Amino acid sequence: MSNLALIIYCGLITFLTRFSMIALLKKEMFNDRIREVLSYVPSAIFPAIIFPAIFLDNAGSIEIENNPKILAAIIAMAVGIFTRNIIATIFSGLASYWFIIFIV
Amino acid sequence: MSNKSKNFFKGIKDTSPLMIPVIPFGIIFGVLAIDLGLTPLMTIAMSIIIFGGASQIIFLQLFSAGASSLVILSSVGAVNSRHLLYGTVLSEHLSDLNLTWKIIVSYLLVDQAFAVSNDHFKKNREDKDKYFHLIGGGLNCWTIWQITTIIGIYLGSIIPEKLGLTFAIPLTFLALLVNDFRKLINVIVIIVSGSIATLGYQIIPFKAYVIVAAAISLLIAFILTKFTKKNNE
Repeated sequence: MSNLALIIYCGLITFLTRFSMIALLKKEMFNDRIREVLSYVPSAIFPAIIFPAIFLDNAGSIEIENNPKILAAIIAMAVGIFTRNIIATIFSGLASYWFIIFIV
Repeated sequence: MSNKSKNFFKGIKDTSPLMIPVIPFGIIFGVLAIDLGLTPLMTIAMSIIIFGGASQIIFLQLFSAGASSLVILSSVGAVNSRHLLYGTVLSEHLSDLNLTWKIIVSYLLVDQAFAVSNDHFKKNREDKDKYFHLIGGGLNCWTIWQITTIIGIYLGSIIPEKLGLTFAIPLTFLALLVNDFRKLINVIVIIVSGSIATLGYQIIPFKAYVIVAAAISLLIAFILTKFTKKNNE
């Protein structure tokens, strides 16, 4: 398979995962119970992206000691809960991360 | 300003803070693709055709490791399976659109746009032009992604690796969850999902750890919400 063909197939798969449910499901299929469970989708997906990026090293092994990302993420979370502000959350996390790796 | 433009610009405004981490991410993708021997044209084609940060990075990782086309395709599929859930959540609000708009909206359905438009749609159920919020947000992500890919290709590593800017990616998703840390069931779902993904990262094949973690924790949400209902009755 040529590189371009492979990229096109990957693009197609990506598109189909985004498109299929929007194309197939009708709003009549929804009720309050389904809506309630679906409201947990962000809480179910985002941590699966967040946790490995914080707790795993480049090789994919769990790293707890000497891991500045853990403390930085906790600080960001606290700032986020307190301010409910997206920019403040991201920057407090980055700032504390840099503070730990460059200054401490 | 028409209602459609209002929604469109609100979408751009709501996604804008989330674009800050996308900038280094796009640049890193461009740099990595060129480092691994892709041509600039191929790299740009990838950002336009696939338009998904995680999929593109996985593609590069496996491609450079010499993985077969089948492994690359299935891994990209597994990484993208979370979009099935995004589509499911949003479909209720989009089912009246015609096919062309459904195709356009689907192409633009990235994590950041999903997160903000999901909130917007819930608050503006009756507004029939609300899908323009998702188009505005999605196009904002699209534009930033294409520009930063090109910057990465031609300016190379203008961002020192030592800054560890990839850490901004999990921080974005963390920022999207801050309202959920106050609710008990959400906290349980968050901890279950994160733990399964971290422990399963090495074990679950084809990088499918995200959808496996999401499916199990949604099941737990389903059980817990049922249980709390019974208690209230």
